[in-house]
Amino acid sequence: MAAKITNQKAWLFVLPVIILVAFNAVIPLMTVVNYSVQETFGNNVFFYEGVKWFEDVLHSERFHASLLRQLAFTATILAIEIPLGVAIALTMPQKGVWVSVCLVLMALPLLIPWNVVGAMWNIFALPEIGLLGRAINGLGIDYNFTQDPISAWLTTVLMDVWHWTSLVVLLAYAGLRSIPDAYYQAAKIDGAGSWAVFRHIQLPKMKRVLTIAVLLRLMDSFMIYTEPFVLTGGGPGNTTTFLSIDLVKIALGQFDLGPAAAMSLIYFLIVLLLCWVFYTLMMKDEDQ
Amino acid sequence: MSMISLKEVCHSYMPSPTRDEDWALKEMSLEWSNGGAYALLGPSGCGKTTLLNLISGLLTPTHGEIWFDDKNVTNEPADMRNIAQVFQFPVVYDTMSVYDNLAFPLRNRGIDEARVDKRVREIGEMLDLSDRLDTRASGLTADGKQKISLGRGLVREDVNVIMFDEPLTVIDPHLKWVLRSKLKELHQRVGATMIYVTHDQTEALTFADQVVVMHDGGIVQIGTPIELFERPKHTFVGHFIGSPGMNVLPCDIANNQVMFAGHLVQTVDSVSATPSGRTEIGIRPEFVNFCESGMAVDIVKVIDVGRARIVEVRHMEHSIKLLVPEDMPLPGAQAFIEFAPEHTHVYVDGWLVGGD
Repeated sequence: MAAKITNQKAWLFVLPVIILVAFNAVIPLMTVVNYSVQETFGNNVFFYEGVKWFEDVLHSERFHASLLRQLAFTATILAIEIPLGVAIALTMPQKGVWVSVCLVLMALPLLIPWNVVGAMWNIFALPEIGLLGRAINGLGIDYNFTQDPISAWLTTVLMDVWHWTSLVVLLAYAGLRSIPDAYYQAAKIDGAGSWAVFRHIQLPKMKRVLTIAVLLRLMDSFMIYTEPFVLTGGGPGNTTTFLSIDLVKIALGQFDLGPAAAMSLIYFLIVLLLCWVFYTLMMKDEDQ
Repeated sequence: MSMISLKEVCHSYMPSPTRDEDWALKEMSLEWSNGGAYALLGPSGCGKTTLLNLISGLLTPTHGEIWFDDKNVTNEPADMRNIAQVFQFPVVYDTMSVYDNLAFPLRNRGIDEARVDKRVREIGEMLDLSDRLDTRASGLTADGKQKISLGRGLVREDVNVIMFDEPLTVIDPHLKWVLRSKLKELHQRVGATMIYVTHDQTEALTFADQVVVMHDGGIVQIGTPIELFERPKHTFVGHFIGSPGMNVLPCDIANNQVMFAGHLVQTVDSVSATPSGRTEIGIRPEFVNFCESGMAVDIVKVIDVGRARIVEVRHMEHSIKLLVPEDMPLPGAQAFIEFAPEHTHVYVDGWLVGGD
């Protein structure tokens, strides 16, 4: 019996973690689950509604539209940032003083607070006074991100590429640096050209870090809120209203707690599902 | 296949070398005959890998020329020299199968598939990889991967030289032996020149017909394993080869006689003139014997190494090692030793007297 009593003490040691996880993950999530199955008209009075909100959200055209916008946005930035990041990493120097210079330059955008990034680009792209806006209009191209959906989209994508490509660059660069010289020497002796070196040495060796880069960018861009909120506020109209912005509009703008909670959960499950699918695909042949 | 000659080659990794230490490889001229099995032996940082990379074309020498037969290849890149190199850590193309790995150097050179297939199967057979040709290269163990690296060199016909840069470093001890015999067998079968870089004397002495001993960026001695053992040209070779290394003891030379700590020592090479510089005698522990009378010594330490014992004795301030057969009884408190004259060498400033 004595041994068993000693064993129970272990709970004491994991208690801090349990409390921490409970407060920062389980309890907030369960609160949302709680809201998602109830209706309220204020005064803290709740009525049980079952899965009604879930059905509503899944059939709502507004949700479909923002989900579609979200998917398009994420796909666009991934398609740009991953190849661009790899390309920049390949051209970065491998040794000398320029390594630190490049790394610092690359890290700079990552250090800027998100709302500042939004504000910076807002001013930068303003057609009347912004450097970018004035320059583009000066070229004779009609550009106004506050009124024209295409301009708004381009600006949002450009902002995200500016802000986050560095992350891909740094990860890819770390992957490249971990390749021993012997691989390049062997490839040289084997008569491999630079494409073959990229295809058979650099890319396979970067696979793990690129998986992480894709997952990070996938999750982050899927939850993007601050930057487009500051830049366009979701407009013009609803053209840059991504899932998070829409969610906040429903939850805090309209104070529809039930539908917003249901939407949060669906949103959460989509992110989880996407990550799982990507991870499984990219790690599929790792165990062979 | 061809004879490889280095003509007054030296190399420095610095842009403008001035001092002696700036040179990774000091000036040397050297010929590697066609079909030979060579070992480059020396401690870490002595310039072995530099020398290897100069031959393979991964580095261009600061001065001097490299010739393959009657062709100057000094400025030719690695892929034009038709050489093969196996590195310390196995290099395989992870995403390819074993078959594609072996085919890679041939396909890069635009050789037609039928011929590629024939060569790959032939080499696969030779390296005992036939049953694994279709598996992914990344799934193999270290020794299997190292075989692939070797195979990518062998697969090209008529390679000038195959070079190994400490290829057994990451191989499990019990497989080292297997792979080493395989290399020896391949050398006989393929007949290509092989250069094997190592800091392990056992690997060097079992693999090579000729061992090149390097120290501080220069070549100290080139010879057969027996020559290195019996007539080390430099005290460094004496130390580095043999286990334990050679005893090197200070001596005085006067009137053509060699004196060690007041004792007259008979040596194999006669010393004619009185040399200037640091004078030493070198004798291997194998050739120091206990005897009835002679130099009185105290036994300091006995180490059992299996079939023999290493006995460390002291004569005044000098420490001397003996290698004594296991079954031979050791003398008691009062012991005497003698040096076998035919194996006692004289060194002046580290270099053998009478050794060229």
